[in-house]
Amino acid sequence: MPQMTMVQALNLAMKEAMREDPNVMVMGEDVGQDEGVFRVTEGLLDEFGPDRCVDTPLAEAAIVGGAVGLCFMGFKPICEMQFDGFSMQAFHQTEGHVRRFRNRTRGRHTCPMVIRMPYGGGIRAIEHHSEAPEATYAHLAGLKVVLPSGPRNARALLRAAILDPDPVIFLEPKASYRAFREDVPETPETMEIGKAQIARTGKDVTLISYAATLRATLDAAEELEDEHDIDAEVIDVLSVAPLDSETINASIRKTGRAVVVHEAPRHCGVGAEIVARVVEESLLYLEAPIKRVTGFDTIIPFFANEMTYLPDAGRVIKATLETVRF
Amino acid sequence: MPRKTLEIPRKIEWLSVLDHEGNLDKKLEPKIPAEDLRKLYKTMLNSRMFDERCFHMQRQGRIGTYGPTKGQEAASLGFAYAIGKDDWLVPSFRETAAMLWRGWEMDKILLWWAGNEAGASVAEGINDLPICVPVASQCQYGMGVAWGCKLRGKGQVCITFCGDGGTSEGDFHEAMNFAGVYQTPMVMVIQNNQWAISIPRESQTASQTIAQKAVAYGFDAFQVDGNDLLAVIVAAREAVEKARKGGGPTLIECITYRLGVHTTADDPKKYRSDDEVKEWEAKDPLPRLRDYLIKKGVLDEKGDQAVRDEIKAALDAATHKFEQYRHDQYEMFHHMFADMTPELQRQMAELKDYHEWKESGKKRQPSRVI
Ligand SMILES: Cc1ncc(C[n+]2csc(CCOP(=O)(O)OP(=O)(O)O)c2C)c(N)n1
Ligand SMILES: [Mg+2]
Repeated sequence: MPQMTMVQALNLAMKEAMREDPNVMVMGEDVGQDEGVFRVTEGLLDEFGPDRCVDTPLAEAAIVGGAVGLCFMGFKPICEMQFDGFSMQAFHQTEGHVRRFRNRTRGRHTCPMVIRMPYGGGIRAIEHHSEAPEATYAHLAGLKVVLPSGPRNARALLRAAILDPDPVIFLEPKASYRAFREDVPETPETMEIGKAQIARTGKDVTLISYAATLRATLDAAEELEDEHDIDAEVIDVLSVAPLDSETINASIRKTGRAVVVHEAPRHCGVGAEIVARVVEESLLYLEAPIKRVTGFDTIIPFFANEMTYLPDAGRVIKATLETVRF
Repeated sequence: MPRKTLEIPRKIEWLSVLDHEGNLDKKLEPKIPAEDLRKLYKTMLNSRMFDERCFHMQRQGRIGTYGPTKGQEAASLGFAYAIGKDDWLVPSFRETAAMLWRGWEMDKILLWWAGNEAGASVAEGINDLPICVPVASQCQYGMGVAWGCKLRGKGQVCITFCGDGGTSEGDFHEAMNFAGVYQTPMVMVIQNNQWAISIPRESQTASQTIAQKAVAYGFDAFQVDGNDLLAVIVAAREAVEKARKGGGPTLIECITYRLGVHTTADDPKKYRSDDEVKEWEAKDPLPRLRDYLIKKGVLDEKGDQAVRDEIKAALDAATHKFEQYRHDQYEMFHHMFADMTPELQRQMAELKDYHEWKESGKKRQPSRVI
C-alpha cells in the first residue's frame, strides 16, 4: 500500500470519483491552475479540464448556490471553500437551500454535493483561517458533517461523501494535512458516514475526539498508560452529524468514565451533544462526571497565542486524571 | 414603445498624469507643496523597504505568512494623502503605504503579521480600521462608516479599499448599492492588481472595466493609472471633495500590479509568466515618483540616500520594538465582552490551573486510583 499524506489521499479520492462519474466536478477559488492553496486539487485541471475543475471568481455564496442548481441538472459538485472562515460567506446558501431542498420539494430536487474546506487551527495562519465551525453546521438539520483524522479515513470518507445522495460538509483538519503519512489502499475504499471508530482500545476511561485533536488525544492515551498506568479507550468520532451514539455509549458503559476533546469552543459544541447522549442513555453506568477539553468560548487568538487555546495532550491528561481520580 | 438605446447619464473617466516613461501632463499635474512631495516619497519608500523587511522576516520565521504590497504603494498612498485626520480609512490588506501615512506604526503592523491582536489596535488620533481578511467584507462596514459620516453632518468622508477579486463578492455589490441609495460620502477604491491569487482579472468578471460597475449603482467612476501617484491624487481629491459636498460616492479603479507573491505561501510561477512581471516592473510607481521629484528639483541623489538611511534606522528601531513585545496568554478572555462573563472567568481560571499543574508536573507523583 502506498504511503500518503492527507492532502494526497483527498486528492486521490476526488480523482477516483471523477474518473468513475463524469457528473462529479470540483469548483472553487484557485482549485485549477494553482491546484488549490494546499494543493488538494493537484492534477485535476490537467486530467479533467476546465469544465470539471473550475476556477471560479471569488464568491463563496455563488460557488455553493451555483452548485445547488448544478445538482438539479444532475451534476455532483464538490465545492472547495478556501478556508473554514470563508464558508460563512456562503452560509445563507448552505442554510437556506443546500440543506432544505430535499425536504422543501418532498424529495424531487436534492443536493448530492460536498462542501469541503480546510478546518481548524495550528498552522500559524492569519485571522479567519483557523476556525472550527462543526457545531454550527451540525446544528443545521439536513447536513452531514464529517471530520477525518488521518489520510486513510480522509480518502474513504471523502469518497463516501461524494457518493452520498445528500449534502456533506467535509471539514479537513489542516494541521494534519501533511503532518504524517499512512498506508492508503490502492483500490477505492469507502467508510460509512455516521460511524465512529475505536482508535485505541482500553478499559479504564473513554477519550472521545476527532479531527486534529485526535492525535493529541492518542498521545495523551500513551502517556496515561506509560506514566499513570491508565488504560484509555480512544474513540475517533469521524462524523458529528449523524453522531454515532452507539459506539460512544457502548464504550462508556464499559469504562464508566469519559473525556471529550475538541478544538471548537465548548459552549454548545459537539462535546455538549455527546455528553447529553451519554447522560440520556448511560447515566447509571457513569462513575464520574464527564470532562470536556475544548477550545475556550473566545475567538481563537491570532496565531502567536493559538497553541494556548488549542487542546494539547497535557490538558487531556489532566482532565483524564481528574476523571479517573474522582 | 419604440426600441432605442438608453442614455445612462454616468461618467467613467480614465486618468493618467505621469506615465512610466516620465511624460507629464502639465495641465493635469496636481499642486502639491514640495515638502509634501518629499514626505510622500519617503512614505512610499518606507512602505517598500518595510515590505522587503517583512518578506525576509517571514523567511526567517520571525513573522507568519505575509502578503507583500510591492508595486501597489501609489494606489493606496494617494488616497491617504487626500483625506484629513477626521476622515476614515478602511483598508483591505495591501494598504501599508496608506497606513504608514496615516500614522500606523511599523512595529504594530509587524505584530499583526506575527499573529498578535496588538497589531490590530488602531493608533490614537486616527479614525482608521485595521487590516481586514475576509475579502470584500470591509466594503460593508466602510459603507456604514460613510453613511454615519453623512448622518453626523460634519463633512467627514470614508475611503474603503477592495481588490479586483473582491469585486466578485456579494458584499462589494451590496455595499455599492447602499452607497448609491444613501448617497454616502464614500470613495470606494479598487486596487486592481490584475490577479486574485491565481485568477487573472479577465476571469474574475466579464466587465470591460471594474470602474463601470459604479454605473449600475448610480454613481460615477474613475479608472486611473494606479502606479501614477499624481493621477491617484487627482482622482482622490476630486472624489473626496465631491463626497464632502454631499455629492455621494465615487468608485475609483486603480490599475496596478502585484509585483510580488500573493503571500509568502504562494508560488506565482504556477499561474503567471515572468515576462508579464517584467513588463510591470517597468511601470513601478516608486522610481517614477523619484524621477519626478528629481526633475522638479525637490530631491537629489544625496537627499535620496539620506531618506533611505533614515528609514533604515526607523525600520531597525521598529523591528527591535516589535521583538521586545511580550503577549499575555490570557488576553483572549479579556476582550470578548465589556464585562467578562462568569463562564469565561471559569475558563480562564481553568487555563491558569492547567498551566500551574504543568509547571509542577515534574514534582507530582502519579497515583493509581482505579
Ligand atoms: C471571503 C474570502 N474568501 C477567500 C479568501 C482567501 N483569499 C485571500 S486574498 C484572496 C484573493 C484576493 O484577491 P483580490 O481581491 O484581487 O486582492 P489581492 O490579493 O489581489 O490584493 C483570496 C481568495 C478570503 N481572504 N476571504
Ligand atoms: Mg487582486
